Amino acid sequence: MSVRHALLALLTEGPRFGLRLQQEFESRTGEVWPLNVGQVYTTLSRLERDGLVESDDEGGEGPQKHFRITSEGHRELTVWLHTPPGTDTPPRDELVIKVLVALRVPGVDVRQVIQAHRRHLVEMMQRYTNVKAEAAQHDLGLALVVDAELFRLEGVVRWLDAADARLGQLAIPGPAPVDVSGSQDRVSGRR
Amino acid sequence: MTAMLEMRGVSKVYGSGPTEVNALRDVELSVDRSEMVAIMGPSGSGKSTLLTIAGSLEEATSGEVLVDGAELSGMSSNDRARLRRRSIGYVFQDFNLLAGLTAVENVALPLELDGSESGMARATGLEALRTLGLADRAAHFPDDLSGGERQRVAIARAVVGNRRLLLADEPSGALDSVNGEAVMRLLRDACRRGMAGVVVTHDAQLAAWADRVVFLRDGRMVDRTAPPPGPESLLSGPEQ
Repeated sequence: MSVRHALLALLTEGPRFGLRLQQEFESRTGEVWPLNVGQVYTTLSRLERDGLVESDDEGGEGPQKHFRITSEGHRELTVWLHTPPGTDTPPRDELVIKVLVALRVPGVDVRQVIQAHRRHLVEMMQRYTNVKAEAAQHDLGLALVVDAELFRLEGVVRWLDAADARLGQLAIPGPAPVDVSGSQDRVSGRR
Repeated sequence: MTAMLEMRGVSKVYGSGPTEVNALRDVELSVDRSEMVAIMGPSGSGKSTLLTIAGSLEEATSGEVLVDGAELSGMSSNDRARLRRRSIGYVFQDFNLLAGLTAVENVALPLELDGSESGMARATGLEALRTLGLADRAAHFPDDLSGGERQRVAIARAVVGNRRLLLADEPSGALDSVNGEAVMRLLRDACRRGMAGVVVTHDAQLAAWADRVVFLRDGRMVDRTAPPPGPESLLSGPEQ
């Protein structure tokens, strides 16, 4: 769970004091992730050092300081939302958090975020399936490991499908079309 | 190289006025020989409509559909029917085998309908069944076959003769995962031997057998997978 990006997401709703960020973080995550206020201020000062948030100079230190997200911070958040987690086996919880965060960030198309992750997962499933189709055909152990991974990834895709369907019922628009013709170089715009 | 299937700006509208439904919108799809493409999307996304239009079972409202370079809308209905009998194989979720015919008679039927002499059609049908490991079931009726065997007969019928385009609609939907995998392996083998394949499914495990996966939503193609980097990248440890 990225506290850094969660704080950036909360700041997209407007400037906040550190204490309020801590309270909102806990209430928004169902108090599943307790976060102490010291951790909030440490993260905020790193975000400020990196130019992703800025604070009122006259606000003084600690609880009096008012933080707001910078345009660089907005960019960082958008990139994070669309980027698959760093390992090949993304923990599902992180994906859940990304989708929940994407719902709240103005200007982010949550169904586009869902599609970016769905595509990444299906691409990984294609690669595992290739292993199964070729290498694993005569290697039972490998076939079982690959199956386990495929079922796990399929479960995540199904959760994304269900989330997408729920959003569809709320009439949140889906991704815009892209040119997906056969030739690999004719794709006009991966979103 | 000419694509075996090419859909250019294909749209399909059902009904009119307040009941109008846009089943497909401006679909661009090109599938080469030896290539298998999966179309993935939820129910109602237009997957099956795309397949029936690609297979000339239904006409597009606008746009062009070319099979092996020939435009379907420019053909007479007789020519289209001949194309379906000779060049296009269909696999459906519920097999669609004729209950009164044996496995080999089901497979040979499209050849006979196309004018092949009965003995010759039967021999070709048997060969297709043999390729799919079903030679010993050739004389059985569909009711005497398991679900997996019935679908393999349906695949034999779809690839028999010189068929070039293989269209499959949720081809392993009713089967368990081991039989479903066998079906996908056979479809992939048929494509490796030179057919162009299009499989529509909502199931990511099935779609993952394809060379390319195209995502359909509300009749539009919204995304597709990148070409796979090859299995070795999975086995050499985590990526950066």
